[in-house]
Amino acid sequence: MKNYITVVGLEVHAELKTKTKAFCSCSTEFGAEPNTHVCPVCLGMPGALPVLNRKVVEYAVLAGLALNCEIQKFNKFDRKNYFYPDLAKNYQISQWDQPICLNGHIDIKVGGEKKRIGITRIHMEEDAGKLVHSGLTISTSDFSAVDYNRAGVPLIEIVSEPDMRSAQEARAYMEQLKAILEYTDVSDCKMQEGSLRCDANISVMPEGATEFGTRAEIKNLNSFRALERAIEYETERQIELLEDGGHVVQETRTWDDINGVTLSMRSKEEAHDYRYFPEPDLVPISLDDAWIGKIREGLPELPAQRKERLLAEDVPEESADLIVSNKKMADYFDEGAKGTKNLKALANWLLGDVSAFLNAEGVEIDDPAFKITPDHVAGLVNLIDKGVLSSKLAKTVFAEMLKDNEAPEALVKKLGLEQVSDAGELARMVDGVIAANPQSVADFKAGKKKAIGFLVGQIMKETHGKANPGMVNKMLMEKLSR
Amino acid sequence: MKVTEKDVRYIAELSRLEISEEEMPMFTEQFNQILEYADILEKVDTTGIEPTFSILPLYNVMREDEVKPGVSHEEAMENAPAVHNDGFKVPRVIE
Repeated sequence: MKNYITVVGLEVHAELKTKTKAFCSCSTEFGAEPNTHVCPVCLGMPGALPVLNRKVVEYAVLAGLALNCEIQKFNKFDRKNYFYPDLAKNYQISQWDQPICLNGHIDIKVGGEKKRIGITRIHMEEDAGKLVHSGLTISTSDFSAVDYNRAGVPLIEIVSEPDMRSAQEARAYMEQLKAILEYTDVSDCKMQEGSLRCDANISVMPEGATEFGTRAEIKNLNSFRALERAIEYETERQIELLEDGGHVVQETRTWDDINGVTLSMRSKEEAHDYRYFPEPDLVPISLDDAWIGKIREGLPELPAQRKERLLAEDVPEESADLIVSNKKMADYFDEGAKGTKNLKALANWLLGDVSAFLNAEGVEIDDPAFKITPDHVAGLVNLIDKGVLSSKLAKTVFAEMLKDNEAPEALVKKLGLEQVSDAGELARMVDGVIAANPQSVADFKAGKKKAIGFLVGQIMKETHGKANPGMVNKMLMEKLSR
Repeated sequence: MKVTEKDVRYIAELSRLEISEEEMPMFTEQFNQILEYADILEKVDTTGIEPTFSILPLYNVMREDEVKPGVSHEEAMENAPAVHNDGFKVPRVIE
């Protein structure tokens, strides 16, 4: 079998976080009763005229700046014509040949290697309504019910170059893109609610080939995991086809998450013919330097910059990458950093015990199920640094903090967990353990350095973990080495 | 003839229009007349002239991002030929 190279490009749709739709003043609120956020414009009534929401342009420019794009000063909208009841007008208002942003990029890191992924373009368009089919799938349905609440909600479509060569790279790109959109706050980026959606163009080519293979477009990728699995599956499928002497058909396929396969959507042989033309109901948009400059002022600290800041504060690179990739986690970290100087330890707590809890509960750090406030995690770090708590007992305190966000200092007192660091008291324990374990003492003196571990363990056991292990170790060494 | 009956059939299908075989020569003829007129326009030298996307001397007509009530659910559904679970009931559509 030949060696094949996977080639992936992603088209990502992000719903913008505006209060109103792109071309009318209807609310964009998610989860409302069907057809309650509608008006003549988004219902496609004859004679209704769209008027552009200023925020849509501003968010698109902000996203473009954050993704290192060139902002195009002249902008127009175009009609993409198709017959499907998800849009009542029989066309979608989009941007065709002159998108608002061009030539951007994102830097990703996979397996320790940095790679730059190009962004071809970003354009503005409107979302479509939602169809609920009467059966389980469209082919078993007799009819569908359409809800136009989402019709007209503004989107940006971010199209990457076919620069990714593996499922891992595609995932890293998607994660980084999501982080940047979250930092700029232009989108909610909730993949489950569909405010961030992704289609993948996948092809394979034999190693050394100069031309890409025929690609398939995979839809319905609603999670990072689905994206990764779909690319892996599709790569295998296409390689098998080629190895068996067949060829890949250029088509749209859908990801079936339950069975872990991609399925042909069996659309007509002929390619879609959308007959784009300039939208005559909207006048062009002219962006000048002053407006772009004003939007640029609103550009927040981005993941890459925040990472640099964390590295300067002695947080290890791997931890910094993980923290900045999640804006909520990064914000929590920044709050916690106000309360402790040991940011490396703070990072370890967030990525260790805190993340373990969040993953187990399946929630994000700002979920009410996670009760601990950042200042209390910082307090816990300080208690360990001051020698009040051993790291083992800190875990006990942490478990208590999870219940009620009680301050760690108060919990240490309440639970009687203060670490014993009193030299006099520890000396008495050390003398006691030496007297009670002559065999271990003899072993140690005979060169079995490991024997000291047993003695330390005895003291820790006796004090229920409260003795300062560092001090105990040091004192035992001193006494036994005499 | 620039446009053939095959093109007319294709365009009619894209537009979901039914055109009978008898009507076909007439529409094909008319399509060609329109395109021949465009040919005259194509002869005009447009070197250095920006394409006209909008005939209005206007830019940047925009509104602020403020929610305003649309129509009520009941009003919206008055235009639905059929309703199912508060949605516009439509026949099964496979692209």
